[in-house]
Amino acid sequence: MLANFIPSAAEYARFMPELILIVVGTLIMFLEAFLEGERKPILSILAGLGLVAGIFAALTAPQGMAFQGMLAVDGFATFFRVLVMAAGLLVLLSSSEYLQREGHDTGEFYALVLFSIVGQCIMASANELIMIFIGLEISSIASYILAGYLRDDARNNESALKYFLLGSFATAFLLYGVAWIYGATGSTNLATIHNALLSGANSSTPLISVAAGLIFVGLAFKISAAPFQGWAPDVYQGAPAPVSGFLTVGPKAAAFAVLIRIFVDAFSSISDRWLPVVWGCALATMLVGNLAALLQSNIKRMLAYSSIAHAGYVLVAVCANSGTGSAAAMFYLAGYAFTNIGAFAVVSHFARKGEKYVAIEDFAGLSQRQPGMAAMLTIFLLSLIGVPLTAGFFGKFYIFKAALDSHLVWLTVLGLLNSAIAAYYYLRILVVMYMKEPGESTETLTAPGPMLTLAIYGSAVMTLVLGILPGWVLDYAVKAAQ
Amino acid sequence: MSLLDIVLFLPLIGFLAILILPKESSRMTALILSLGIFVLSLGLLSPYMGDASPTGWQFVSNVSWITSPAIRYHVGLDGLTLWLVLLSTMLTPIAVLISWNYIDHRVKEYFAFLLLLEFGVLGVFVALDMFLFYVFWELSLVPMYFLIGIWGHDRRIYAAVKFFLFTMAGSVLMLAAMIYLYNAAGTFDYVAIQNMVQTGALKFDGQVGMLLFLAFFIAFAIKVPLFPLHTWLPDAHVEAPTAGSVMLASVMLKMGTYGLVRFCLTLFPNAAREAAPVIGGLAIVGIIYGALCALVQPNMKKLVAYSSVSHLGFVVLGVFSFTQQGLDGAVYQMLNHGVSTGALFILVGYLYERRHSLEISAYGGVATPAPNLAIVFLITTFASIGLPVLNNFVGEYLVLQGAAKANFSWVVFAALGVILGACYMLWLYQRTFYGRASESLAHHMPDLTTREWAAIAPLLILMFWMGCYAQTFLPAISAQNTAILNQMNQNRVEQAATPALPAGAEVRNAR
Repeated sequence: MLANFIPSAAEYARFMPELILIVVGTLIMFLEAFLEGERKPILSILAGLGLVAGIFAALTAPQGMAFQGMLAVDGFATFFRVLVMAAGLLVLLSSSEYLQREGHDTGEFYALVLFSIVGQCIMASANELIMIFIGLEISSIASYILAGYLRDDARNNESALKYFLLGSFATAFLLYGVAWIYGATGSTNLATIHNALLSGANSSTPLISVAAGLIFVGLAFKISAAPFQGWAPDVYQGAPAPVSGFLTVGPKAAAFAVLIRIFVDAFSSISDRWLPVVWGCALATMLVGNLAALLQSNIKRMLAYSSIAHAGYVLVAVCANSGTGSAAAMFYLAGYAFTNIGAFAVVSHFARKGEKYVAIEDFAGLSQRQPGMAAMLTIFLLSLIGVPLTAGFFGKFYIFKAALDSHLVWLTVLGLLNSAIAAYYYLRILVVMYMKEPGESTETLTAPGPMLTLAIYGSAVMTLVLGILPGWVLDYAVKAAQ
Repeated sequence: MSLLDIVLFLPLIGFLAILILPKESSRMTALILSLGIFVLSLGLLSPYMGDASPTGWQFVSNVSWITSPAIRYHVGLDGLTLWLVLLSTMLTPIAVLISWNYIDHRVKEYFAFLLLLEFGVLGVFVALDMFLFYVFWELSLVPMYFLIGIWGHDRRIYAAVKFFLFTMAGSVLMLAAMIYLYNAAGTFDYVAIQNMVQTGALKFDGQVGMLLFLAFFIAFAIKVPLFPLHTWLPDAHVEAPTAGSVMLASVMLKMGTYGLVRFCLTLFPNAAREAAPVIGGLAIVGIIYGALCALVQPNMKKLVAYSSVSHLGFVVLGVFSFTQQGLDGAVYQMLNHGVSTGALFILVGYLYERRHSLEISAYGGVATPAPNLAIVFLITTFASIGLPVLNNFVGEYLVLQGAAKANFSWVVFAALGVILGACYMLWLYQRTFYGRASESLAHHMPDLTTREWAAIAPLLILMFWMGCYAQTFLPAISAQNTAILNQMNQNRVEQAATPALPAGAEVRNAR
């Protein structure tokens, strides 16, 4: 009997990415106390190596269940684990220069990024509502601290506090929903819940609807879907720019993984009840994000609203409620990860010390000061608009294709029109960067460091590769979403 | 790898080369490359040299690009696109030449964007996969956006953003329609879908067909631009640098009319027939409205821009007459407009470079200090108003003849546009070139330089050539148009067969 509870070697191998990251993260915290100041860069390198090892472990992990069905390591989980770790890697590269400039280059930052990613990896592979909750908490608590990492900065503090208060509120909703679903089906395991709902014994009771509603509210908070998006602009605007890039990508991707696993898979038999809600939510999210972004003058806040709008597009894919839809969501999130982290990296570079220059007007004429960086930001913005040959375009194309496959004609048309509206505010940045003369302040702009350059060019290359040759990621996503 | 692939991708390579090479060499690199591309593209004529013009696809390349969903790199050339491709490759070196001195800042990006634009428009004309078509369609927006926004005149930013948003708003709906077609047909391949439509394997009836048709039609109509979707055009033209206006008028507007012929007619023939009366009406409104607006413009670039609205109305009218002459005339008129309006924009640009004003009132008596410029402008004016012996006459005549077959009342109104065209062009000429030259103007109005001659001469030659010997160009176009009309009618015959009515009765019912 006891032997059943001792995990096999294969089960450990499936959990290896998380194990590596936890060990490396703890090691960094430990070394932080002993290392001299000038040897601190070792810590960021160590964190990077940890992530590379984690990606490798995730790719080589044998597929299957682990720990009594608590984790399901399948193609879907692998995709999201690799995605969040790759995003983490880019964030590490793009943040060390930023942290040095702000005088906060301490090891905790890297450890917190790793811990946050551990949580997201667990969310991606969790097959059990309690595991999802644990993953969400690990990811969120680390993210709350990251959002307020520059502790002397008032905006950072506001951002962290807001994120923490509203985030924990949302988690409570999720947990409450888990309790209801346990009450209704007698299980927290997604496969068991799926079967229980399918057998139809309890599925018609309002209990299930309430439970699904509560879980959806909790997750909608995390993905910043309307009407639960209120926190996002303040948090993303206030957090350090590279962290904002991370927050718009990692936690969101993991929350979408959970959303797809719970709603598209486990709740598939009650889809007629949740689909209309998600439909309305998707449309509202796109509209709120895009319309509010039109009015912004701060570039970080604009990108924050844009990130809300992009969550809306992914919700359209969830609405498609099909394998193609899930694959589209996966591809879109991958493309969006590289695009948005890249965009925030360029913004953090252009913003300079203390993030002084984050108004859109401050970007005037930067194409003449630093043509390379401006060109990279152009690629990211074109991808966010959805211009062909970028990841953003193909992602959108595939999402709306999935939506039309599922006969969501109106949502498709409205979503596409939304993306035309969105073009306006992204173009504004291009306008000031390319078509205005540089102001005096641009003379203080220094050349980006090697790590930051690598992060930005790497993101741009990935944005283009996913747009020109989407096949290799897409095929994997399609296979994984089956 | 066919010649077409090489011609298509050389501009992209040129774009990268200019970005990499030092900026002192940008002009020369752009000129040599674009001329080289033009010379190479002349090789595309080879299948059409014989007595009978082939109607099938030439220089086809068809390789898989993305496996799922099935998207292919499928390009090819036919009689419809052959001349549009040649027009684009010919105008790019001309655009480089006229920008030689005009562009004095950020030279490198400018010439790079010109070549990227060439890549985009060539791709639009040769793509046979609808996804690929859409990619090029959107891609051509980006360089033009920058050309207008960076090197344009005072209100350039407004014009650039408006241009981008109008086109984008139209094209997203087209994308939705394309995806819908893909889901119905299982492919993005235009040739395959068109075959299915022709054989009746794929039918878009009633409301669905009409909505799909409209999704495509609106995207193209914005680009054409058809009244009342034309408002972006005067702004974009006036604010764009000369070469931008030339490429916009001569090549990019043709993307819209080309799309109408290629997609709207052959994929949704029934919806097209149903909508034809309305579209014909809008085309006529556009012809007259554009001409009237042109008549009252104080700004010469805006005048030429509105004349474009009027001229393009003829093209749309010809297309939606569904007759051989109308369609031939429409396609011929696309080329004519490219040549003569392109030339007009170049000449207005010459005037602007000399006097730094686009207001007609700033000129007068230019013919005295610059007689050669005056002669060239006069020939171009005559070409534009459709004087016999010059190119527009042939196209306009064919369009009117075709339109008369379809609906005689159309012609009555459309012919008004020809008369008004003579009014605004001749009046412009009179105010600009005749009269006494003021002192300051006479001093700043040197005659054409060799470089300027080199840029305009090919267009002048073409005006006469296309006007006197249309036989060089028309057979390839006609053969293709016959095929397109057959495709349209085949579908109709099968539909008519069900209620067992003769084809003529069907026509009467449709009216």
